[in-house]
Amino acid sequence: MADTIIMKVARYRPEHEDEITFEEYEVPCPRDWVVLDGLNYIKDRVDGTLSYRWSCRMGICGSCGMTVNGEPQLTCATFLADYGPGPVRVEPLSNFPVVRDLVVELGDFMRKLVSVKPWIVREEEKPLSEGEYLQTPEELGEYKQYSMCINCMLCYAACPVYGLDPTFVGPAAIALAQRYNLDSRDQGAAERLDILSQHSGIWGCTFVGECTRVCPKNVDPAGAIQRYKLTTALETVKSFVMPWRAR
Amino acid sequence: MSDRSGFTEYHPRWLRPRMSTYWWLTRWSHFRFILRELSSVFVAWFVVYFLILVHAVSRGPASYQAFLDWSGSAAVLVLNVVGLAFVVFHAVTWFTLAPQAMAVRVGGRRVPGFIVAASNYLAWAVASAGVAWLLLGGWR
Repeated sequence: MADTIIMKVARYRPEHEDEITFEEYEVPCPRDWVVLDGLNYIKDRVDGTLSYRWSCRMGICGSCGMTVNGEPQLTCATFLADYGPGPVRVEPLSNFPVVRDLVVELGDFMRKLVSVKPWIVREEEKPLSEGEYLQTPEELGEYKQYSMCINCMLCYAACPVYGLDPTFVGPAAIALAQRYNLDSRDQGAAERLDILSQHSGIWGCTFVGECTRVCPKNVDPAGAIQRYKLTTALETVKSFVMPWRAR
Repeated sequence: MSDRSGFTEYHPRWLRPRMSTYWWLTRWSHFRFILRELSSVFVAWFVVYFLILVHAVSRGPASYQAFLDWSGSAAVLVLNVVGLAFVVFHAVTWFTLAPQAMAVRVGGRRVPGFIVAASNYLAWAVASAGVAWLLLGGWR
């Protein structure tokens, strides 16, 4: 195995450039180095002007998502040696505005995330004296998969629907809405449905399935969206058949 | 450096790369998705074809014979063979995706995905056998 590998890193310096350009850096390539280690090496030893986000280095914080050889990846979980003999092309996540180099703008996702109320909504809180809201392991199992989302936005970068129509609420936000809808303690499904039953909500999804394929946490946002569609369709049918039960 | 670039003091000058019109050609999974979307056209075609058949039958034997002659022409034959391939592709991909959309529970346990898909295929086979039985006169 080669001792070093070439990293072709996207650069965008708004004060100098109108487009993304690429710079090549030769970095060490030990077996245990991930792409993020290569970027840190460049930043520390070669070119301190390189900008990118990272934090935990263990696939929890979701901040180091980038496009590696055309695929959205967590760079802390993507080994350099797997791309031997190189070069490895590192670009910012697709479908987001680029602020600088590998840093993308997150505002759109953050606004959409809040719009689906990803927290437990109660019609009425019970008094503290009555204790916690208890759950069985089965009730936890209903939503646990969707609660693993780390907001890394790889799913948005992989989603052609979001790329073509930025008003689409998007995979992670819908999966997180589903996470709370399926939570036995939550009573906010109807409120979320008002947002997600719009055209830019679940019906914008055409089930390409790329979001699920790239998800580093096996959340399966595509499945969450289709389940949501099914639930919504059944609710609509019920409201016709049993109008007295409609909310 | 171009004339348009310059330092923006208060707000970063974001770059908004545009998605290529040919995005669906860059990746096999995207191309397969577009094929699946395209297959809906052939599903619609078979509905139209069926309506033409019903219309021809309603107008008598001569009209039905004309329909059969037209159906036997090379162009319609090719169209229907290609259409059938797309419709089978549509059905298979639909059933493959079904377990992702349906979280079926029996006795409190989630039914594995392959059983959900298999039950869809079984329903397809039973429905097809039922139609074949009707058409081939098994009920007589």
